[in-house]
This record gives sequence, structure tokens and C-alpha cells, in this order.
Amino acid sequence: MSLDTLVMPDAEVAGLGTTAERRAVIAQAGAVPSREWVIVARGLTRLYDMGGETVRALRGVDLAIRRNEYVAIMGPSGSGKSTLMNLIGCLDTPSQGEYWLNGHQVSKMTDNELARIRNREIGFVFQTFNLLPRATALHNVELPLVYAGVSASERRTRAREALERVQLGERMLHRPNELSGGQRQRVAIARALVNRPSILLADEPTGNLDSGTSEEIMRVFGELAEQGQTVIMVTHEAEIAAHARRVIVLRDGLVASDDRYADGDPSRRDGRGDPRPAAG
Amino acid sequence: MRMAIRAAVMAAAIPGRQPDNRVPIFEALRMALEQIRVQKLKSFFTLLGVTIGVMFLIAVVSVVEGMGNYMEHDLVGKIMAVHTVELRTRPDFNLGDVDDAMIADWRRRPRLTEEDLHPVVDGLPPSTRWYMMSEDQITIESPFARPRKVLTFAVTGDYFTIKSLGVVSGREFTNQELESGSLVVVIGQDVKNHFFPTVDPIGRSLRVAGVPYEVVGVAEKQGSTLGFSLDKFIIAPYRAPIHRLLNRDRGVIDAIVVQAPDDQILTDVQEQMRQIMRVRHKLHPSQSDNFSLNTPAAALATWQSIQKYLVIAAIVLPAIGLVVGAIVIMNIMLVAVAERTREIGIRKSLGARRGDILVQFLFEAATLSTLGAATGVGLGIIVAQVVTKVTPMPVSIAPWSVWLSVGLGTVIGIVSGVYPATRAARLDPIAALRQE
Repeated sequence: MSLDTLVMPDAEVAGLGTTAERRAVIAQAGAVPSREWVIVARGLTRLYDMGGETVRALRGVDLAIRRNEYVAIMGPSGSGKSTLMNLIGCLDTPSQGEYWLNGHQVSKMTDNELARIRNREIGFVFQTFNLLPRATALHNVELPLVYAGVSASERRTRAREALERVQLGERMLHRPNELSGGQRQRVAIARALVNRPSILLADEPTGNLDSGTSEEIMRVFGELAEQGQTVIMVTHEAEIAAHARRVIVLRDGLVASDDRYADGDPSRRDGRGDPRPAAG
Repeated sequence: MRMAIRAAVMAAAIPGRQPDNRVPIFEALRMALEQIRVQKLKSFFTLLGVTIGVMFLIAVVSVVEGMGNYMEHDLVGKIMAVHTVELRTRPDFNLGDVDDAMIADWRRRPRLTEEDLHPVVDGLPPSTRWYMMSEDQITIESPFARPRKVLTFAVTGDYFTIKSLGVVSGREFTNQELESGSLVVVIGQDVKNHFFPTVDPIGRSLRVAGVPYEVVGVAEKQGSTLGFSLDKFIIAPYRAPIHRLLNRDRGVIDAIVVQAPDDQILTDVQEQMRQIMRVRHKLHPSQSDNFSLNTPAAALATWQSIQKYLVIAAIVLPAIGLVVGAIVIMNIMLVAVAERTREIGIRKSLGARRGDILVQFLFEAATLSTLGAATGVGLGIIVAQVVTKVTPMPVSIAPWSVWLSVGLGTVIGIVSGVYPATRAARLDPIAALRQE
């Protein structure tokens, strides 16, 4: 499977950085992070008003993710991981704190600016695929380009290329209900990558797939990460999280642990968890 | 250095991106048509209100326009004549408000008589022409066919010239025939076809009340209007005995018609005739006229004042249907927004702005409604054609009513789409994505 041209060209996979470096970039409140930091969150707080009672879904999350990292965000339900994902995905803005995505301060953006950032910087992969049921695979993949204002002929070419690279060239004109779960998720991945986003943001990407298909999708993610695509994945399954090179665990709206694993070291997770399969 | 290279590579890797562009109109239209295509039945019901409203609008306006054409071309051009004024006892065309008191007043008026002719026409400018006539439906007999009632005119003066009535075979009356009241007639095409279907009528005779009249001419075909043939007539010299059958009272005539070369002279002539008649009828200055001076222009003006109201009614009544249609579209669009909340969430997550979603739904409503209106135009034209086939009413499809209808359809779609589209555009992407 060749995904080279889909992801951002990056001659050299940057180093993963140290905890100290992360602390340093987080500590500089208000400062524009340098380009190598694709995500910097400083004291992210999100409050919800639930019938007069204020719920603190996030209580000051600090986060720094470099370009090319492959990160899993874990946590039990109610830990705030969905809220964090919505903030990272620019679907929502924080109540307090700063959020910088690829040099843009997202936390102060208007609706339309957020839409533009979602269009250009983020490629979403959802648990339920979220494909338009009546549109063909090709048209689904074209959608982000429609909102980017790309011409029809170029859209078609780029969408076709994206589908061919997730090995769905043959099924381009099928509608989602004519595709298997794994194929649907690959259409979603093609759609997420077609506009060459800064981050690929996956929300329980294998939640609706059987284990064989899950492995197939994780293999695609692994390859993308290897080719330099920043991948952030929210999951509650440890085996799935184990594919990432870094695991952030949330608990009660705060970062409980932030473990970075040496690339290619499969024996890191207290003996449990499946070793990461060899890419390719 | 490395950063700069990477930035350059990134910029190069993102071709076709412009700074801040909307979804092209064509794309919005394509999405709208696609949506209508996949939901044919629902679209059909949505359109019904607008379609029916527009259909009636087109049909009614066509009938009103057809009537207008009749008034302007047939009535003024064929039945009356251009630049003419008719002196009659009563108005000939009773358009507008006529109540019982007016009819009673008309009945009491002194009748127009042969004695009125010379005082009225003798002082007219030399550029004018005139004729005098009586008319009624009279039974005509012939040995070749069954008797038939036809419209009979007894005329003297420049009748054929003023009416632009050509004679296709035979001839008009000679002055001598007119003055002496010879027993001759000029007949219309229908009369010829009825009484002389296979033979040349010239030189043959028709009997009126037992008196034989020789056919000396056949008039050219006049066609029909409002379903009535304009060719079922005979014309005889006024002084022939036939005139006594048309007006029983001795000396009474139906009309004196004067034609002027233009409307300016016509106005003067009309005023001159009015003064002569007022003197003859010994009217006090405070009394109003007890005779009628009718011009085609006056008849037309009366019609046009009525037509205005008819056209307004033709638009307002279907408009009620269109309002209902608009409400239906709004409701269907609200349902569509609710059903497609998840789709809206997906589109927003992929970068659709509020404006993009707004435009998408507005386009859908406008396209739907315009299609409905276009269908209504087609059906309206069919209805108008059926009306003109089945009834004598003339119809004429006014181009402005077609454009108005289609434009109205678009406007209705946009207006009724604004609220649902705004709701769709304002949806929170997170909540929208969560919807099943």
C-alpha cells in the first residue's frame, strides 16, 4: 500500500522531543509555538452548563504534540476525552485556555474561521464513518475539496488518487451501503487525507469494526504515521492505543499520564497489549 | 533553513486553494438537483401548491389577455371601426356598472330617427364619412335551403368603406340602389354557404318576409370572435322595405356612424354631434345627454379599466395558493433539515461554513420551487389551450405571466427556505454529528 503522496511531504521524520521540551513550550503562555509543534494546548478548560449545574469536562489540560507524532488519547468514559477531541478538532472552543493548531490560535476563532481550519488542518475519521449515505465514495472524498473551493476537475482527480491509495480504486462509484465496514472506514480515511491536513484526528476509528478489520485500519494508520502524517487517535481500547508511539491518558478532565514509547519497542505496556505489527 | 524548505513544500503541495472562497453556485445547484432526484415523491408533493397556484395564474391571465386581444383587435377592428363615433339611443356595449335605474332611464329616451341624420351629418367636415343603419336578426328564406335567422343590416352612406368590408364576388350597392331602396343584398360567407352551397349566388334571390331580394355581392370572410361567426349577415339598402322589419316604429333607426381621418377631428366631430342632438332634443344645459355617443376608444377604455381588476384578481387569487405552497415548502424543508442533521454535521466537520449550509438549503428550496413553478407554467398553458378548444373564450399566453410565474417560484422558494436554511446553518456540529 503506497500512501507516500497522500501525507505531507516530510523528508526527515523529526525527533519526538523530550518532556522538558514539551514543558518549555507549554510554559510560554501567549507565545506562538514554533512550527515543529503542531498542537499546543495551555490550560484547556471546558465548562458545560447542565441544567444550572456547571460541569467541568476539562480542568486545565496542557498538551504539546510535535509534527509527525502518532498519539493515542485514552481515558474512561467521563474523563473528558470526547471534549478534548472536539476541541482539538476545532468543533468547539475552550472556556478558558489557549489552543494553537499549526500556528493558528484556534481558541479565539469565530464559527467560520473554525470551519476553515477544520477544512484545511484537520482530517476526521469517525467511529461511525460518517459518510453521506446517498453519495458515492468518490463524491464523499470530494466533499472537503468542495468546501475548499477546488475546481471540479481537480477535485475528481485528487479524490480518485486518494481512493486508489487506500485500494478502493475499483469501488469508487459505490455508495457506502454497498461497501464493507473496513472499506467504508478506508473511504473516510481517504476523505480525511484528501485536503492534506496537518493532523489526522480519529475518534474510536475501530469501534464499529471486527478485530481483523481493525488491524487492517490500524495498519493504514501506522503507515501514514511512518510517512510523516501526524495522527491523533481517541480510543478506550488499550490494544488500539498500543499502536501509537505516545499514549496520553485523561482522568477527570486532566492529563493523568503521558507515556512516550520508543519507536518500535513493542514490549512497553506491562506485558499486555499486542505488539505493534510490522508496518507494510 | 529546514523550516523554510518545509513551508515551501507545504505551500506547493496544496494547489487550487484560494484564500476564502464560497462553494460555487453551480455546486450548490448540483447538490439541490441531486436531492430532488433522490426524493422524487416528496419533491412532487412539496411542489404541488406552487404548481397549482402558477397553473391557475397562467390560465386565468391567458384568458384575460385573450379577452383583451378580442377587445382590441376583433371588437374595435372588425365589429366597430377605427376612428368612428356611433350615435345611438343607448350605449351599445354595457361594460361596467349598469344598474336598473340606468336601464329604465335608457328606456325612456327618445329614439333616434331618420330625421336626425341630415342635421347631424350635414355640418360635418368634408374629410369625414358617415353611414346610417338599423340591424336585427331576421328570418331569410330561399328555395334552396331551410329558412334561417341572420343578422340583417339596412344601411345608407359609406357603410362598406367605413367598415373596410370588401366584396369578393359581385359588387357593392350603387348610389342609385341606395337612394331608391332597390331590392338587392350583399351577403356574408356563411349565408352564401348555407343558401347557395354549390351555386354562384350572384343574380339569385333571397326572400325576406315574402319579398325577393337579388344577391349582388358576397362579402369577404370575416372569421369569428368569442365563438360567434362574423359572416352570418346580409346587408340591404336602408330605403328597401326591409328596414321596417328591423325597427317597427316608423322612422326609428339604430345608429348614425361617423368616421374621421384621425382621433383629433373625431373628438371635434363628437362634440359637434353632441350639441346638435342636445338642440334637437331640446335639452336644458343642466340636463344630461339622453342619447349615446360611443367610440371604440371608449369601449376599449371601459374594458381596460375592467381588465386591470381582472389581472389583479388573476394574480391575487392564485397567490393565495402560492402562499399555501410556500408554507408547505417551508415545512418540508424544516423536516429535511431535521432528517439531515447528521449530514449537516458531517459537512460542517469537513469545513462547510454557515454560509455554505445556508446556500445549500436555500438553493434546494429555490430550485424545488422554481421547478414547481415551471411545471405550473406548462400545465397552465395546457389548461389555457383546453379552455380555448372547449369554450368560445379566446386565450393568449402572455410572456410576462410566464416570467412572472417562474420568478415568483424562485422568490417563494428563497423566502420559504430562509428560516429552515438558517436553522440548518446554525446547527452545532457536535450535536449534529451525534444525531442518529
